[in-house]
Amino acid sequence: MRAFTFAAPASVEAAVGGDATTAFLAGGTTLVDLMKLEVLTPSRVLDINALPLRGIETGRDGLRLGALERMSDIAAHPAVAERYPVIAQALLASASQQIRNMASIGGNLMQRTRCGYYRDVTVPCNRREPGSGCPAAEGTNRPHAVLGTSDACVATHPSDVAVALVALDATVRLRDAAGTRTVRLADFYRQPGTTPHVENVLRPGELVTDVLVPALPWARRSVYLKIRDRQSYEFALCSAAVALDVRGGRVAGARVAAGGVGTVPWRLPAVEAALRGRPARQETYEAAARQAVRGARPLTHNAFKTTLLRRTIVRALLSLEAGA
Amino acid sequence: MPRSDPRENTGSPGVSRRGFMGTVAAGVTVTSLGITGAAEAQAADDALVEVVLDVNGTSSTLRLDPRVTLLDALRERLAVTGPKKGCDRGQCGACTVHVDGRPVLACLTLAASVRREVTTVEGVGRGGGLHPVQQAFIDQDAFQCGFCTSGQIMSAIACARDRGIRSDDEIREFMSGNICRCGAYSSITAAVRQAKGGGV
Repeated sequence: MRAFTFAAPASVEAAVGGDATTAFLAGGTTLVDLMKLEVLTPSRVLDINALPLRGIETGRDGLRLGALERMSDIAAHPAVAERYPVIAQALLASASQQIRNMASIGGNLMQRTRCGYYRDVTVPCNRREPGSGCPAAEGTNRPHAVLGTSDACVATHPSDVAVALVALDATVRLRDAAGTRTVRLADFYRQPGTTPHVENVLRPGELVTDVLVPALPWARRSVYLKIRDRQSYEFALCSAAVALDVRGGRVAGARVAAGGVGTVPWRLPAVEAALRGRPARQETYEAAARQAVRGARPLTHNAFKTTLLRRTIVRALLSLEAGA
Repeated sequence: MPRSDPRENTGSPGVSRRGFMGTVAAGVTVTSLGITGAAEAQAADDALVEVVLDVNGTSSTLRLDPRVTLLDALRERLAVTGPKKGCDRGQCGACTVHVDGRPVLACLTLAASVRREVTTVEGVGRGGGLHPVQQAFIDQDAFQCGFCTSGQIMSAIACARDRGIRSDDEIREFMSGNICRCGAYSSITAAVRQAKGGGV
């Protein structure tokens, strides 16, 4: 691990406004790991855990999560589990209980890819070292993305809960020295394009302070289905976050997003459109799921993901219909 | 707050010795991290942070390089060696300790960021005897080489306490962050089940 200076600012005002060599420490489950690997080498680490960025609040407007709330606490919150089961399920399907006790929701959204080349400083990686190349394009790319990729980068975004939040139209509140702004989580992440090292719209020294989820009464009928190589403690090969509003046997509204297949948490508006107004049954779901893989670019070892994505979406939708 | 905490351990000779050992060990570790040369050593010394760690009911004040993890602080500075260094990357769970009563990975926790009470396997016994979960691990033969066991026990205590976890599948899911190379998983599940039945 490279040397850094350490401080624990007493206020949000004192914490924000640093430069790109400053890192914020919350749960540390990504940051400390990647600092040990020397993938991340901040010269200054600001421990933000004492800042008043807490709270799990549900109201008429929806849900507000303070950025420092831990994954386990959000998952265990009765109102979250009842009103947004897709969020609670995505959190509980993530990592291990120790990591869920440590990791904050803000930090979860800031996770870095699990691409093995990104995590190995002895090999090139455009995301870690712009312009150095992408060994994953022709290398070991079974877990990699099929949607949103570019010649420069094919890494997936690893977060489960971000997929649920994108499906629910969540926004993040950001704070820097200039003030506060709110950004849709779907717009927060940047697809790699020619600049994969730019992962999101955060400015240097800018801090995620809150996650806001709008009210959506029919999100009570939502699910997070995660497919992985192990039953537990593993990242998604493919996942689907789905909410379904069925009225009179027809789909009145649907939210669908996918994980493990995209370079960012991947909302699927074409699938949602293909569901709306149609009978709530398997044929509809299968036809809609075919929309998910349009434009997919499979790599040498992950062509299976296009089939897996369709089936994951269909199974998630069927599981909700069964509860109708 | 913790770094300006005025608590010192002058009242207890045992803890004072720990504090002294911690100071000596700090110098050793700066070298072991690969920093050589007087200028770097001086720069590193300027970056030391004061950390108050409350471990198993004993408070200690250490001056640490901020890179020092809770795991290394426990093992190398405070001689609390129950938490084991397996992967040192947050993947195996051998370093699991409780902070504020909840299992966390000591290898991914910077010591300087710890503000709450730390409990390791050394601190879970009751009245000089074993914790019911420790006894359950013995009764169920829930280990072979034992390297992962202290981490397993710290997770198992939280699992046994959690009344929402009932089935073996739920126990296995909860315990999945603790890897056992010897494959004692079925006995570990049985030990957690025994502890749940006996009350913890």
